[in-house]
Amino acid sequence: MHKYFTALLVVTLLAGFGFADDTPVRTDLTPEDLARVRAITAPTDDFNRPEPFEALPAGASTTKKLVNRDSFSHSSANLTFEQEGDFKLGNALFRKVWVSSPSSTLASDGLGPLFNARGCQNCHLKDGRGRPPEGSEENAVSMFLRLSVPPQDAAQQTLLDSRGVLLFPEPSYGEQLQVFAVPGLPAEGRMVIDYTEVPVTLGDGTVVSLRQPAYSIADLAYGPLSEHVMLSPRVAPPMIGLGLLEAVPQEDILAQSDPDDRDGDGISGKPNFVTDIADGQVKLGRFGWKAGAPSIRVQSASAFSGDIGISTPLVNRPYGDCTPAQPACLAMPNGEQSERGVSEGPDPVLDLVTFYSQNLGVPRRRDIDDPAVLRGKQQFYALGCISCHTPKYVTSREAITDAHKFQLIWPYTDLLLHDMGEGLADHRPEGAADGYEWRTPPLWGIGLTQTVSGHTLFLHDGRARNLTEAILWHGGEAEAAKAGFANLPESARNDLIAFLESL
Amino acid sequence: MRLLRLSLMLGTCALALPALAAEPTDADILTNYANIALAGYEDSLATARALDAAIEALIATPSDATLTAARDAWRAARPWYQETEAFRFGNPIVDDWEGRVNAWPLDEGLIDYVDASYGTESDENGLYTANVIANPAITIDGETVDASAITPEFLSGTLQEAGGVEANVATGYHAIEFLLWGQDLNGTGAGAGNRPATDYSTEPNAARRAQYLGAASDLLVSDLEEMVANWQDGGAARAALAEQGIATILTGMGSLSYGELAGERMKLGLLLHDPEEEHDCFSDNTYVSHLHDAIGVRNVYLGKYTRLDGSVIEGASLSQLVAGKDAALDSELRGLLDDTVGKMQAMATRGETVEKYDQMIGEGNDEGNAVVQAAIDGLVAQTRGIERVVALLALDDVTVEGSDSLDNPDVVFQ
Repeated sequence: MHKYFTALLVVTLLAGFGFADDTPVRTDLTPEDLARVRAITAPTDDFNRPEPFEALPAGASTTKKLVNRDSFSHSSANLTFEQEGDFKLGNALFRKVWVSSPSSTLASDGLGPLFNARGCQNCHLKDGRGRPPEGSEENAVSMFLRLSVPPQDAAQQTLLDSRGVLLFPEPSYGEQLQVFAVPGLPAEGRMVIDYTEVPVTLGDGTVVSLRQPAYSIADLAYGPLSEHVMLSPRVAPPMIGLGLLEAVPQEDILAQSDPDDRDGDGISGKPNFVTDIADGQVKLGRFGWKAGAPSIRVQSASAFSGDIGISTPLVNRPYGDCTPAQPACLAMPNGEQSERGVSEGPDPVLDLVTFYSQNLGVPRRRDIDDPAVLRGKQQFYALGCISCHTPKYVTSREAITDAHKFQLIWPYTDLLLHDMGEGLADHRPEGAADGYEWRTPPLWGIGLTQTVSGHTLFLHDGRARNLTEAILWHGGEAEAAKAGFANLPESARNDLIAFLESL
Repeated sequence: MRLLRLSLMLGTCALALPALAAEPTDADILTNYANIALAGYEDSLATARALDAAIEALIATPSDATLTAARDAWRAARPWYQETEAFRFGNPIVDDWEGRVNAWPLDEGLIDYVDASYGTESDENGLYTANVIANPAITIDGETVDASAITPEFLSGTLQEAGGVEANVATGYHAIEFLLWGQDLNGTGAGAGNRPATDYSTEPNAARRAQYLGAASDLLVSDLEEMVANWQDGGAARAALAEQGIATILTGMGSLSYGELAGERMKLGLLLHDPEEEHDCFSDNTYVSHLHDAIGVRNVYLGKYTRLDGSVIEGASLSQLVAGKDAALDSELRGLLDDTVGKMQAMATRGETVEKYDQMIGEGNDEGNAVVQAAIDGLVAQTRGIERVVALLALDDVTVEGSDSLDNPDVVFQ
């Protein structure tokens, strides 16, 4: 049944039809449960008091530890002891520092040859949000540039349209710029950011300065870039609650999609259907800034390969992102050892890191009954923010992990793509996502960014220096909501920020 | 919290039966547990103060003798702290604090000089080889930070987890361990770290090294003082315990046994055969630390703790509560806890007489691997017993706030 729906949806997508009218209904619930789920996930219209269960954004998996910089690093609260053990092993592998081959610690080598980080945690600092380099830092701390070129002929266009691939790598440098390399090999180059301050005047005359970044690459070590190259900067996203997002029923996501805006509300919501490298099936993309990955396992394997240069059974490229145009890179030793399995990160490395990534708990909310928070919540709803930042779901009863089943969750995302306007555009398509579209990012935990990560730099490249700037960067489909915010009196703007800070 | 859904129904049945023997009340059990926690942290504090005195002697008169005395004091302090680890995982006050005193593993290049084999390949952790002892100014997140005075406040407020990198461990037992032993460069061969006493007299940066060691030691003492206060009458940890109930005891026992000790600290090292995956990696004291973790788990189940001065605290226990409901399960779990301690003791004996822990986990060392694996198996088996106690006592109700419980559909969708 499920496969049938997927196939049907893909056919519909390719035929250019939308999904708004006759989307299938989730099949994991009894009619009684479905009615109850619909009732509890309907947006509230009572802002005088918090909603029931609102304090626990991840349901029973919500973590209840004291708020500190470890707040994003705890396991879901409803794991068994054994699952907690897998989580801890995954955590140890997540923070593991990989070394270049050959090395005396055979199980730890295979780094690179080109890489952005030596370990997962080196970018996913405190499991929190990455940021662009600051001050005198030469290299990006937790951010890199994705690279690609447009399809070069009709055959490539067909492959792209059929979801056979998401994009075409830059011919010499591959899918991303690696700013480090193992000894004996030059790094690919250096990301350069130039910011220009752009003043924006709000309705009450307040002037806010936004910094508009421009990206380029210096010290290119492997020849010129293609004249068609497209760059897309990406910071590491927060790691919390990902397994629950994976457990949101596809039907509930697609029910919100309206790629051709048939309802005329100015909001599209486009699914990014992609080919799952694990089984070759076309599936809904959910993860990554443009929803290019259908699962956390695929996202993790891609990051092992592209970011660290470690091959896994799923992405078995021991040379990571080296291209044929980088023969010196392909001539380096790699870390594959047949006695440990065919990849540098053999089983169960990917399984454990995937499990870890699926089970980082979402912290309990704070101050949900504060009058300013409740007023801000009302603004959030009234301005239309919830058109994309969908407040609530109940996860599938058929989720793989018991801890993720049938939980009322509050991620504030529709997991769909939206045109965010020229200001935020990277002009670099990824699958169905065009150069203006981004997946709505979840907002849960956003109020703890300073506590966990020590900064308040938001959006896909960390250009916004606080939540106000992040809102003001919204354009395209979010233009009206943004303008509504900009025209609020200061006290109402502060209320809305107070609501976000409580998430 | 981490509880099995099935347990609710099982436990309800059990509760319906009349108790066959006089059972202690939850309040009595919690009071005795908190008294053991207080005593455990007091003993940790006492041994940390002895360590601090030995470190002051080393700094005042650096010599092989004073360095050896300081190392002995560190080793003497470890068992007492490790026995308190059973108080972690269930209590938010303890969990919030723990990283300051026992964070691990650490990138020691942050603190002091390291061997060339440590490598200089640094990507995002720009502090991988920051060597704050040699550098009175360091760069954190692109900003120059004054490190001219190495104070407890500098270590805890600035250097600990600098840049958001958890391996930047600047404080606690393991930072002090590194400053007393230095790197263990023997891989899975014999031998621990071999820092010379001249590191504190004639070698470069000796004064700053001493300053660091003294500050880290002072910090350990003050952090333990804080936790002792948290367990005294009216203290925050004791108050949190009263709120959370006896599920806290079982959560600590299960989480320490399975995920923390059997998993992260033991199984991973065995999987990777990596000597860096050793809890007390500079001093080769790992087998002692693991043994006392296992003893700590048994202590809180039995409600019995033998103190530094030889006196014994004993009172109302979880064991008695379980025995009153299911004597066979209590007997089984006590047997499993004893079995694990026995296997840990065998590992410790091997550590004293044959080879150290990092050698035991070496690739191809089948006999050593098996000794470690046996202890892991014991921890896994005792966790199964702990889960059955959770089921018996029906602790779902206790740990998940009923009014907010989302996993109980009757509550959610009323």
